[in-house]
Amino acid sequence: MIRLEGVTKQYHMRSGPRRVLDNVSFTLERGRHIGILGLNGAGKSTLIRLLSGAELPSTGIIDRQMSVSWPLAFTGAFQGNLSGLDNLKFVSRIYGADWRKLLPFVEDFTELGSYLREPVVHYSSGMMMRLAFALSMAIEFDCFLIDEGLSVGDQRFGDRCHYELFQKRKDRAFILVSHDQNVIRMYCERAAVLHMGRLYEFENVEQAYEFYDSQYVPPPGPQFD
Amino acid sequence: MESLAIQGRVIRALLLREVITRYGRENIGVLWLIAEPMMFTLGVATLWSFMGAHKSSAMPIIAFAVTGYSSVLVWRNSANRCTAGIQQNANLLYHRNVRVLDVFITRIALEVGGATGSFIILGSIFTAGAWISPPVDMMKVLGGWLLLCWFGAALGILMGAATSYSEIIERFWHTISYLMFPLSGAGFMVDWFPTAAQRVVLLLPMVNGVELLRDGYFGNTVRTHYDVTYTCFINLVLTIIGLLVLRDAGRRVGER
Repeated sequence: MIRLEGVTKQYHMRSGPRRVLDNVSFTLERGRHIGILGLNGAGKSTLIRLLSGAELPSTGIIDRQMSVSWPLAFTGAFQGNLSGLDNLKFVSRIYGADWRKLLPFVEDFTELGSYLREPVVHYSSGMMMRLAFALSMAIEFDCFLIDEGLSVGDQRFGDRCHYELFQKRKDRAFILVSHDQNVIRMYCERAAVLHMGRLYEFENVEQAYEFYDSQYVPPPGPQFD
Repeated sequence: MESLAIQGRVIRALLLREVITRYGRENIGVLWLIAEPMMFTLGVATLWSFMGAHKSSAMPIIAFAVTGYSSVLVWRNSANRCTAGIQQNANLLYHRNVRVLDVFITRIALEVGGATGSFIILGSIFTAGAWISPPVDMMKVLGGWLLLCWFGAALGILMGAATSYSEIIERFWHTISYLMFPLSGAGFMVDWFPTAAQRVVLLLPMVNGVELLRDGYFGNTVRTHYDVTYTCFINLVLTIIGLLVLRDAGRRVGER
């Protein structure tokens, strides 16, 4: 289980303090899937950083009773001079896994061939994404943090990701943060909406979408239907 | 116990990552870690030999330069390498097991390791070639060296944490670290100063460290001044302040 209680996150900006998350609470049990919807600027990325432990809340408690992944397919922790294989070794060492056992899966999943032993700076964004996703799947967690992103890559890669994550690992917990309509409907039994730093919880996904859609403010200028 | 095992694992992973990141696998690779401070020390030793920077005739210049410059490198590199360490590694914190202290321990271990390796290798080469005599009292050399390493580690943690608050601190640090070099005890013996000035320079912990090291190296041929208790005390205070600032900085990652 992971439990957030009264979590607030404040940043110091040039214009003064800014509260990005305001008194956010929710609990996710093992094996359950929650979707968190939010427009740009609602605080989704901040929530992900707090959940993964990259940052600590200004006030409030985050209690983790299960292992929580780093944000799925996160490429920010890659070091450009390191090869894909080096990056696999690095995460394996950190999480106490044996990279030799994980290598066949990573080779197969990334389809990088000899590029796996080249520095990551030479990768295309597609190659980077395949490596990042493979590393996320190579290390086992009780709960996966998923920050949008699953829509990138070609059809074949997308299908493989969905199979690895939502079929093979459907017994794990997910926290899926997105503004993508379909992914949350397909995989989550409940959803919450992050709006102006506050979290609104709903019984089911449809109610969440109703609320989410009601927040939509059309852009200025001519409208196209 | 388990958290210690995790920390060990993380630091090992960070060490290997940092080494490949900094030195790559081309040419001598990780050996640059030692080769770099060696080149620095050799360069300075050569320069000082030509300049005749040694006042005391009892002082063999090569040994004076090697003991002095190695001593500066061991603490200054640790401190320099830690500045902005939190910002540079913020993305690693997405991995739950990685903590900001691990990042600093890694960087300090690498710098201390490199400078120690350089000191030992240069000392051995020069001794083997009969350019300098071997140290008189190895324990004192070791003691002085450890005091300098401790000072560097404490300063590194403090500066690493402090520079996460504001870039201004980093700019000041460049000046301070530059000015600290002539004051560090690398290029002088405390005994060369009048008594009043001796008391002032001995307030600097690294001066005490170098003096102890040189006492061990040269024995009775030179007069040295140092206070081990005082230096340990200052190091301890710096360590505690550093860890406190780091704890606060760790809580504020990303807030700036």
